[in-house]
Amino acid sequence: MLRYILRRFLLLIVTMLITSAIIFALTQLVPGDVARLILGREASPEALQQFRAEFGLNDPAPVQYVNWLAGFISGDWGRSFTGTQGPVRPLVLDRLGNSMRLALMTLLIAVPVSVLLGVLAALYENTWIDSAISLLSLSVVGLPEFVTGLVLINGLALGARSLGLPATSTVPDNTLADWIRQLLLPAITATFVLIGYVSRLTRAGVLDELKKPYVRTATLKGLPRRVVIFKHVLRNALLPTITVIAISFGWLIGGLVVIENVYNYPGLGALMVEAVRQKNLFVLQAVVMVTIFFFALANLTADVLYAVLNPRIRLE
Amino acid sequence: MTTPVIDARDLCIDYQLGKTWVNAVNGVSLTIGANETHGLVGESGSGKSTLALALMRYLAANARIESGEVRFNGDNLLAKTDDDMRQIWGKQMSLVPQDPLASLNPSYSIGEQIAEITRLHEGLSRRDAAQRAVEMLARVRIADPAAVARQYPHQLSGGMQQRVTIAMALSTQPRLLVLDEPTTALDVTTEAVILDLFRDLIRDNRAAALYVSHNLGVIAQMCDRVTVLYAGEVMESGPVDDIYLRPVHPYTISLLASIPRPLPGIETRLPTIPGVAPSLAERPRACVFSPRCPVALPLCFTEKPPLEEIAPGRLVKCHRWQEIAGGELQVETSPERKSDKTASVGTRYIVSLQNGESASYVLDARDLSKHYGTQSLFGRLTGAPSKIVQAVDDVSVRVRTRSTLGLVGESGSGKTTLARCIVGLETADAGEILLLDVALPHALRDRARGFLRELQMVFQNPNDTLNPYQTVEQALTRTIHRLSTEPMTRQQLQARVLDLLAAVRLTPDYAGRYPAELSGGEKQRVAIARAFAANPALVVADEPTSALDVSVQAVILNLLKDLRAREGASYLVISHDLAAIAYLADWIAVMYLGQLVEEGTVEQVYNPPSHPYTEALLSSIPAPDPRVKRGRIRLDGHVPSPADIPRGCRFHTRCPRKLGAICEQQDPPWQDAGDGHRIRCHIPLDELTALQASVPEQE
Repeated sequence: MLRYILRRFLLLIVTMLITSAIIFALTQLVPGDVARLILGREASPEALQQFRAEFGLNDPAPVQYVNWLAGFISGDWGRSFTGTQGPVRPLVLDRLGNSMRLALMTLLIAVPVSVLLGVLAALYENTWIDSAISLLSLSVVGLPEFVTGLVLINGLALGARSLGLPATSTVPDNTLADWIRQLLLPAITATFVLIGYVSRLTRAGVLDELKKPYVRTATLKGLPRRVVIFKHVLRNALLPTITVIAISFGWLIGGLVVIENVYNYPGLGALMVEAVRQKNLFVLQAVVMVTIFFFALANLTADVLYAVLNPRIRLE
Repeated sequence: MTTPVIDARDLCIDYQLGKTWVNAVNGVSLTIGANETHGLVGESGSGKSTLALALMRYLAANARIESGEVRFNGDNLLAKTDDDMRQIWGKQMSLVPQDPLASLNPSYSIGEQIAEITRLHEGLSRRDAAQRAVEMLARVRIADPAAVARQYPHQLSGGMQQRVTIAMALSTQPRLLVLDEPTTALDVTTEAVILDLFRDLIRDNRAAALYVSHNLGVIAQMCDRVTVLYAGEVMESGPVDDIYLRPVHPYTISLLASIPRPLPGIETRLPTIPGVAPSLAERPRACVFSPRCPVALPLCFTEKPPLEEIAPGRLVKCHRWQEIAGGELQVETSPERKSDKTASVGTRYIVSLQNGESASYVLDARDLSKHYGTQSLFGRLTGAPSKIVQAVDDVSVRVRTRSTLGLVGESGSGKTTLARCIVGLETADAGEILLLDVALPHALRDRARGFLRELQMVFQNPNDTLNPYQTVEQALTRTIHRLSTEPMTRQQLQARVLDLLAAVRLTPDYAGRYPAELSGGEKQRVAIARAFAANPALVVADEPTSALDVSVQAVILNLLKDLRAREGASYLVISHDLAAIAYLADWIAVMYLGQLVEEGTVEQVYNPPSHPYTEALLSSIPAPDPRVKRGRIRLDGHVPSPADIPRGCRFHTRCPRKLGAICEQQDPPWQDAGDGHRIRCHIPLDELTALQASVPEQE
């Protein structure tokens, strides 16, 4: 198992190398001069030249890439082209922290709610409860995040002001109340994206397992219904669901572009869009690297979790 | 009279199919007293499992009890709610299920799955319950119970898994034990051991047991009383001796006649029951058996016979039982008529592909070996010796023209791997395969189209071998088209399909049907027709009847025999059922752990002297006759892993006749018992004969 994880990590590093090269190449292909873009149309040739020299933009592209790579590995992720032109690393890690807070909050809401809905739908298969859950979860999935986001802002933040929820979210301080106040609405919006998938998967998993003979065995042991469902059935039915949840963590870290923009939340996704728009090369590279790392890590965690929770694989 | 443990009266159970309710079990009464084992016999679809579970007041979600009553120790179970039943389930009644692996939760350890029962019903602490679980595993004679308790279901063999379900069922000393085909999935040697175990445990517990099986041999050996179920109704019920020796219902009589018995030298055909069992929705309203009954009167088609008690505890449902019982009426169980009218599949051209001379051996496989190397990545990196699994090791088999070679052995003996190497589904590592005197490349992709034509295979489970989205005609046409030597017109193809259907006794209207519209036996007939589509020289059949009911099995065995006579084909048949194979085969080869241990004619192999392994296999067959005591020889444990083959004689770890050190150190020699009969054993042949003759097989 340890060897397997190690191998997956090596693979992850190769993936990151290839992706960074591709991103780098793409930024070279996009027309437009970075220096002019940053300094503006009125900038003097000297200023442009100085900017290029400062960020090493005069070197040939492969040299630039190797320089960046060497720096990245040694912990110097370069400097931002914009703002205070400060180092990239603290900026990206700061945003990563923000994204993780939102991801955590989302999982705390999404997982129990969607699993519960899935189990309910399965236990009441083909009744009105099942139909209602299907209808609800599928309809919120169908709506784009900027629609659900705006509806939530208008309804709960601006409409029901007594709730005290802000229309734009900032990073919460370390109190539960502030976490809820700042992150509830964006987390619900992200939950809407996950809920349909996770609850349908749970429903299918539970239905599959309920048909298996071991459920009859458990029932004929005289075990109470809730023990049969929560101990015997869910233990097996949730295996595929757990992997999907783990994978979705990667998306929550780097993929909440729209939601972060709607709520004006300073996460990694928002930073990535900004960096692309400004051709802020080193910021973009760092964000992509971090995002890919977490995507791969989430995938790996999903596979490892699946194996650990499944004795048929764990004990091979 | 004491209250019976279970007393079911006029039980009717319906199933919901779409929007309508159809009857699955109709007016069944059944009584089981303490310390009694009651057999429930029926073919698939007869409603026997539904009935068995209904006695525990357990029903599928789409089933309901329409009328009747079930009393357990005098208590009306049908008046109870599920919550009431949870006090009874697992505590006073338990189930030993059919498929032990699927019936155990894959994610919990064996110990936990047993312990939760006593924690629940006896309020034991975690530690005491775990301790009790280990004791229970020891009671079902598991060698290292503490270790097994920590294992997970998939780590155990089928026999061990079944022991675990038995340990679970008995951990609370239930009054009623329902055994639903508990040995169907097991090897005959394992089955024998498990049946002994059941007999002891049922006796020790003084429980009432319901034993459900389609295996008439097992029922004869296990039960005190028997109920014969057909299409959801009781045909006949009574003490086991009466049912097997003095049956009075035409169905029971026909069913008993259709069992192949391991008697050497049978040249006759098996008697069969014409027609097929009706589906749930199509059951006749009068006597359910009338359409297939050889002695049905006009009355039988219009009026349902009553279930009569002809003697205390002896029930029959037939208009003509008195005539049968009085000996005035003989129920004809003569073999199914051969229909000579059906067209031959085509003229076989047994042409040696090499020299134009006809071969005396269709197949001559010499010194075949198949090894699987399993080496982990770590092992490969460190250069550790790889684990070699010897599935087939230096095996030679030959099939004479127009004859049948039967290959027998337990699961894990390598018999299926050998067959797959011959057919080309696996690539043999070493050896030579001569088909019609021509050497055959080992790999399938190297074999010419002509070889594919000459070598066809019929698989065990017909449900998995037919494409569900192709009609019978499409499936057959495709094979004919792929393998035919010359292009055929549409009319020719159609005619050929009808010929093939006729050869396997299916009417032309089957051509347009999909596999889902066929019964198991019909599907297997289509599979056989497909194998014969190209006039093969050799048909390899892997357990062709083991997924089928007894009466259907008889039809298929007869069919295979007919086709061989008419088409001049030869067979290599693999089976663990020594009785069925004795009926079909001319030559038997017995395999153990990748090697042959004995070969000879059916008569030679089934009579002393035999290899001790063959002897044990034969001794394990439950005879379908309650008077016959089963042989005493039991093979405990299971076949050793082919990755770790014992030194010396491979069978020495389980051999009941082991001599001593010589068996552990030296490879046993092949001994010639005359006329080609060979036995691979250290024990001298005359000694084997003497030892085996002294085993009392009969009372």
